[in-house]
Amino acid sequence: MLNATKKSNVRLAAILLTTAFGMLLFAFAMVPLYDAFCEMTGINNKGGRVRVEMPTEVDTSRSIKVKFITHVHGDMPWEFYTAENTLEVHPGEVKKVLFYTKNNAASDMSGQFVATISPGQGTRYVKKTECFSFNRQFIDGLDEKEMSVVFFIDKDIPDDVEELILFYTLFDDTLGAKT
Amino acid sequence: MNDGQNSHAEGAHPSRTGILRWITTTNHKDIGTMYLVFSFIMLFVGGAFAMVIRAELFQPGMQIVQAETFNMLTTMHGLIMIFGFIMPVFVGLANWMIPLMIGAPDMALPRINNWSFWLLPVAGTILLSTMFMQGGGPNFGWTFYAPLSTTFAPQSTDYFIFAVHLLGISSIMGAINVIVTIFNMRAPQMRLIDMPIFVWTWLITAFLIIAVMPVLAGTVTMMLTDRNFGTSFFNAAGGGDPVLFQHLFWFFGHPEVYIVILPAFGIVSEVIPTFARKKLFGRTSMIYALASIAFLSFIVWAHHMFMTGLPLAASMFFMYATMLIAVPTGVKVFNWVATVFKGSLTFEAPMLFSLAFVVLFTIGGFTGLMLALIPADVQYHDTYFVVGHFHYVLVPGSLFAVFAAMYYWLPKWTGHMYNETLAKFHFWISAVAVNLTFFPMHFLGLAGMPRRIPDYALQFTDFNQIISVGAFVFGAAQLIFLYIVIQAMRGKGPKATDRVWEGSHGLEWTVPSPAPYHTFGEPPAHVERH
Repeated sequence: MLNATKKSNVRLAAILLTTAFGMLLFAFAMVPLYDAFCEMTGINNKGGRVRVEMPTEVDTSRSIKVKFITHVHGDMPWEFYTAENTLEVHPGEVKKVLFYTKNNAASDMSGQFVATISPGQGTRYVKKTECFSFNRQFIDGLDEKEMSVVFFIDKDIPDDVEELILFYTLFDDTLGAKT
Repeated sequence: MNDGQNSHAEGAHPSRTGILRWITTTNHKDIGTMYLVFSFIMLFVGGAFAMVIRAELFQPGMQIVQAETFNMLTTMHGLIMIFGFIMPVFVGLANWMIPLMIGAPDMALPRINNWSFWLLPVAGTILLSTMFMQGGGPNFGWTFYAPLSTTFAPQSTDYFIFAVHLLGISSIMGAINVIVTIFNMRAPQMRLIDMPIFVWTWLITAFLIIAVMPVLAGTVTMMLTDRNFGTSFFNAAGGGDPVLFQHLFWFFGHPEVYIVILPAFGIVSEVIPTFARKKLFGRTSMIYALASIAFLSFIVWAHHMFMTGLPLAASMFFMYATMLIAVPTGVKVFNWVATVFKGSLTFEAPMLFSLAFVVLFTIGGFTGLMLALIPADVQYHDTYFVVGHFHYVLVPGSLFAVFAAMYYWLPKWTGHMYNETLAKFHFWISAVAVNLTFFPMHFLGLAGMPRRIPDYALQFTDFNQIISVGAFVFGAAQLIFLYIVIQAMRGKGPKATDRVWEGSHGLEWTVPSPAPYHTFGEPPAHVERH
């Protein structure tokens, strides 16, 4: 094999190997890109954790029915419920809702609440200024806790959205909290 | 320069003998042979798993294996057939044929070539060894969706992940080798457009491999850290998302579908013109169609995910993009049919398998179109309809093309003609049995039988028994193939001429049969122009 061919072989192979390595990085870049894409389009229904301007006026001409659903994932020994399952909210009106959770296990545990909002068209108009799902929650064994979410609905919400569902899932995060 | 002189001085034989020849070889023909031997061993292993699956499904209720074992067998059947058979067998054919077809003395990176092969038996052994580990082997389906493969998977999954890493490295190295060989080692007069279609399909396949195998490697790495190091890429409790796994997997998985079919297109495009004694119809459009299919394969992945709750607009996009693939694929099928039209046909075994490929692959393509329709997919997804669909494109698709390639080039490799009567027998049994096996699966799926289950409702019994009988016959027929190949390798059968086939074209037919250990030390004087 000629030296010139050998050299260009190695060069082309190096370029291709770099491309392959770039695609590996792309796979990892997909993780934040996916989150950013979902947040931008509101697809994944998680609702923003963005810094929000408090609303200045309340649109009393219409109201939206907001429902809360709580769910404990798997066989985690926690109770999780809310006192107010349904709420009528005017766009621009700031509301505070209380949630309660109880650790029925004898040991200290930590849980992560994950919220999804349906329907997708309404997701981005739900602005939460404070939510227990923003942080991991620690509860001592057999202890209980009162938690709150403070939110309002943006007045730009489309007219055809008449009902919103906030669905909270509680995941056992005790192992994750340790590492 | 030293290298060049040495390889000429080595002469016509391998420099070492015995097992060391095979371990240290950098010869593309040796490595090609090893790839082929390895992948056919894997075909029979994966096939044996399928036989057990079909035996269990012969009757409703649990007969032969435990449900856990059944899940493990379906998973291993898929993994072994895709990563252990189809991908390596095409790399083996590429190793053997690409240098011969483009007039190159060897692959461009011979030592890397040796390394990419020898990773395979290691990876295959690791993968198969998981079946004997405590808690069993992977049992979450070949698509290994999280969290089934992370939170709820057996301990052995970490070995599976490592095996996938090795397989990925092997195929990326193989693909780099193919691209470098094609770009830098062609005979001087051969322009890209003059390359045989098989070489073209492999060039495009190699780019697909380089683009998506690293994504698979990244995905299984995320699984590994999720399982062992407390990360939460796919774990909702830690802020991750299991649906992200499916996006990553199918971003790899859909181009992978074309990685395992494009070389088959190439083989059929070589075989049909030879036995139709005509030039390939629409040669340039074939190449453009290939490139279009490869491009489209990157923007259709979410059609595997219609049931995950994608937004309507996204679903519609993926549906239409998927249906668009039917256009370049239709161009290819049209060209094959047009090549056959008014040709002087003879029906040797490679031609029979290629013609069956065209017909049966097209059926698989049509059922793919049906699955692309969102409202239809809502009913079809995760049923036997899907199993029928992808087996039609993989078995009478890819596998039949591999048989065609084996019969087509076997005389060139061994120097002896195979037993044509037995080969035709192999074809007809396979062609009948393959339809008996996979066609009723569509009806079962439409009737609502879910895939990946060891037991089923009574009303599905008749069709399942037909399928099982078909599968056993198909499995047995492959022993005929094994016998034919071994007989040709042992030198039984008449000596093959250099041209082998009356209508053959291309540089591989200008070297003697069997092809000498070193070929094209000097580039060929004449190259066919297109």
